[in-house]
Amino acid sequence: MAEAVVPEVFGQLALGHYLILSAFLFAIGLAGFVTRRNMIVMFLCTELMFQAAVIALAAFGRFHLDLSGQVMVIFVLTIAAAEAALALGLVVLLFKRQPTLDAEVWSEMRDV
Amino acid sequence: MIGSHLLSVLLAAGDTAHASDHGHHSAHFPVALPTEGLGYAGLVLALPLIAMILNGVYAISGVRSKLPAWTTVACLGTAFAVVLNLYLKADIEHPVVVPLFEWINLSWGTGAISAPFGLYLDSLTLLWMLFVTGLGTLIALYASEYMESDVGPAYCRFFGGVSIFLLAMGCLVMGDNLLTLYLGWEGVGFASYMLIGYHFTKPSAVAAAKKAFIVNRIGDLGLALGIYLTWLHFGTLEYSKLFEMLQADGAMAAAQQAMAGGWEVAIIPFLLMAGAFGKSAQLPFYIWLPDAMEGPTPVSALIHAATMVTAGVYLLVRTFPMLELHPAAAPTVAWVGGATALLAATIGMAQYDIKRVMAYSTVSQLGYMFMGVGVLSTFGAAAHVFTHAFFKAVLFLTCGAIMHGFAGQLDLRVLRGLRHVKGWRIVVWTMFYASLCLAGFPIISSGYWSKDVILAEAFANGRPILGGIGLLTAGLTAYYTFRVWFRVCCGPKPDDHDLAKMMGDDHHGDDHHDEGHGEEDHHHHMPHAPKWAVNLVLSVISLAAIGSILLVPEHGWLEHMVAKSSGAGGVGANHHDLPADAGFWADPHGWMKYVASTVGLLGMAVAAWLHLFNRSAADRLRATLLASPLKAVVRAMENKWYVDELYNALIRMPLKIKGHALHMLDRYVLDILVVDGLGRLPKMIGRTLSPLQNGVLQSYAASMAGGVILIALLILVLPMLLDLLGGAA
Repeated sequence: MAEAVVPEVFGQLALGHYLILSAFLFAIGLAGFVTRRNMIVMFLCTELMFQAAVIALAAFGRFHLDLSGQVMVIFVLTIAAAEAALALGLVVLLFKRQPTLDAEVWSEMRDV
Repeated sequence: MIGSHLLSVLLAAGDTAHASDHGHHSAHFPVALPTEGLGYAGLVLALPLIAMILNGVYAISGVRSKLPAWTTVACLGTAFAVVLNLYLKADIEHPVVVPLFEWINLSWGTGAISAPFGLYLDSLTLLWMLFVTGLGTLIALYASEYMESDVGPAYCRFFGGVSIFLLAMGCLVMGDNLLTLYLGWEGVGFASYMLIGYHFTKPSAVAAAKKAFIVNRIGDLGLALGIYLTWLHFGTLEYSKLFEMLQADGAMAAAQQAMAGGWEVAIIPFLLMAGAFGKSAQLPFYIWLPDAMEGPTPVSALIHAATMVTAGVYLLVRTFPMLELHPAAAPTVAWVGGATALLAATIGMAQYDIKRVMAYSTVSQLGYMFMGVGVLSTFGAAAHVFTHAFFKAVLFLTCGAIMHGFAGQLDLRVLRGLRHVKGWRIVVWTMFYASLCLAGFPIISSGYWSKDVILAEAFANGRPILGGIGLLTAGLTAYYTFRVWFRVCCGPKPDDHDLAKMMGDDHHGDDHHDEGHGEEDHHHHMPHAPKWAVNLVLSVISLAAIGSILLVPEHGWLEHMVAKSSGAGGVGANHHDLPADAGFWADPHGWMKYVASTVGLLGMAVAAWLHLFNRSAADRLRATLLASPLKAVVRAMENKWYVDELYNALIRMPLKIKGHALHMLDRYVLDILVVDGLGRLPKMIGRTLSPLQNGVLQSYAASMAGGVILIALLILVLPMLLDLLGGAA
C-alpha cells in the first residue's frame, strides 16, 4: 500500500488554522442570516454555519485521531440534506401564500 | 303530668330530709364507681338531641304550626321524667359513673389523654338536672305561647336553640370528666349566643349576642387552661379519679399536691374560677348578662336567669376539692361574689327597664351564690341556685308576659295598676310571690332560707365585712324588687285610655325589646292578657318555688344532696362546734334569720313608701339627690357605674386602634408594597422583554447569538476572574 501523498502545505497546518476557518465561516453565516431578508439566502447562511461546525468536528477528529468526529460529519451532512429538503419545501409553501421571498412579510407572530 | 312529678319530688324530698344521716363535716364523700344498668340515663342527653334534629327537619320542611313547641316540650318533659326516675332509682349515697361510649382516647410516646363519654350521677348532678330539665320543659311550654306570632322557620329555630341548650347543659352537668363539661360549657355558650341573637335583624340583639359570646370566651380561656393544667398535673380529667387523688388525705393532700406542683397547680383554681366568673356573669365579666336581655324573654328566664348562668356555681361546687389547691382561692371567690352582688344591686336600683332590673338582680344573686362557695358553703350556694332558679324564672316570665301584652313596654315609669286590669291576676300575684322570694321575705319565701344560709355562713366563716355587704345588698334587693312590683302592679286603676297609652311600640323602639309580635299585633292598641300556657307555667313554677321552701332548711333535702357530692367539703358549718351555752350572737345562723328579715322588710318598706303610698316621692327624691353632693353617685348608678364605658375606653378602644393600625399596615404596606409589588414584578419584566418578540426572524437570531456569546463569555471569563480574585486573596 502506497503511502498517501499529503501535500507539503497540509503538513504545516495546525488545528488552530482549521478552527479559525470554522469560526470565520460561522461568522459569515451568522452575519448573513441576521442581515439578509431573502429566505433562500438566509437558508444558505444556515448551511454555512453547519459547515463551519462540520469543519471544526473533522479537525478535532483528526487532531485527536478519533474517527467519531468524522462520523459526526457524515451524520450532520445527511441531516442537513434532509433539512434542506424540508426548509426549501417550507420556503416554497410560503412563497405560494405571498409571492415574495422577503422574511419581513412573515412577522405576524409577535407581541402586540 | 308535670304537676304530679313535682309532687313526687316534694314527697321524696320529705322522706330523705328525715332519713338524712347528716352530721359530720369532713370533706369525704363517696367517689363514684362505674356501673351498668343505668345506661338509660343517656336518654337525658338523647331526648334534647332528638328534639333538636326534629326541629331542624321541621324548619326544612316548612312546618307552620306549633308542632316544634310540642315536640320540644314532649322531649324535655320526658327527659325530666328520666331524671326523676334516676333520682328515685339511683342510690345517691353512692354516686355512679355510667359509661356511654369511648369519646377521646389518645396516647403517644409517654403520654395519654382519655375522656370517655360517661355520665357522673351523684346527688349534685341530679339536683341540677332536676331543675334544669323541669324548668326547661315549663319554659318551653311558656314559649309555645310567647313565640306564637313567629310560627314558621323562626319558631323552629327558637325551639331548636332551646333543645341545643338543654343538650349542652346536660353534657355540662352530667359529664363525668372536665372535658365533657367543657364541651357542654361551650355548647351552652353557643346556644346562648344563638338565642340572644334570635332577632338577628336587630343590630342591638346582634351586638348583645356577640358581646355575650366574646366576654365568655375570655373566661373560657381560663377554664381551658385550668383543665389543661389539671390534666398535666393529675394526669386525668375524670372526676372520680381526680377526687380520689385529692381527698386521699383531705385538705392536707391538696396542699401537698399544690406544693409539689408549684405555681402551675396553685393557679388551677383561679383559672377554673375565671371560667365560672365568665359564664355566671361575675366581676369583671358580668357586663354581658344585662345586654343578653335582648333575647326573647323565655330565653332570659331559662338560660340567663335560671340555668346556664348557674353553670359557674356548678363548676365550683363540682371541683370544690380543687379550690383547696390555693389558700387564697376561696376568699377570692367570696370577695368577687360579694362585690358583684353589691355593684349589680346598686345598678338594679336605678334602672327603669323592668327586664334590666331583673338582669342586674340575677347578676347580684349569682354574686351571693359565689359568696356562698367562697365562704365554703357549697350548700348555701347550691340552695340559692335552686330556689333562685324558680323565683327568678317566674320574675322573668311575668316580665315577659307584661312585655308581650303591652307590645314591648318595659318602662316602670309608664306601666302601672296592672293589679286592676282584667286577666292579669296570675301574672300579678305570681310576680308578687317571686318578688317576696327575691326580697327574702321571712319564712314564706324560698329566697329567705337560702340567702340566710350564705349570709350566716359568711359571718360564721369569719368574714363579717363580706356578710355586711351581703346584708346591705339584701336590703337593696328588697327595695328594687318591690320598686318594680309596686310601680307596675299597684297604683291607680288605669282606664282604657291609660292602657292604650302604656302600649309599647315594639316595632321601632330600640330600648324596648322586640318580642315575638307578628304584624297582626302591631295594630293592636290594647294590652292582651296572657293565655293558658303562660298562666299555667307561672302557676306551676310558683308552686315549685313555694315547694322549694321545704327543701332548703338545714338538714333538709338540699343539704343532703350537696353533702353526698363533691361539694361535701362545704356542707355544714363551723357553728356545729359551738358550746351549748354560747350566747345568742355567737351563732350567725341563729341571729341571721332576724337580722336578714329586718333588712329585707326595711327595703320593702322604703320601696312601699316611695313607690306605693307616695308615688311621686320617688321623683322628688331623685331630684333632691341630683341637687345634692350625691349627684355623681346617682348619675353613676343610673349609668351602670360607667363600667361599659370604662371597658370601652380601656379594652375596646385600644384594641380598635390597634386593629385599625394593623389594618392600615396591611392595606398600605403589606398589600401595596409587598403583595402588589411582588405581583407587579413579573408584569414589569414581561413588559420590558416583550418587545423582543417582534416577529422579525433576524432579531430572534441575533438575540440567540447574543445569548450564546454571553454564555461563552461567562464560561471563559468567569474562571479567569475567579482565578485573579483567588490569587489576590
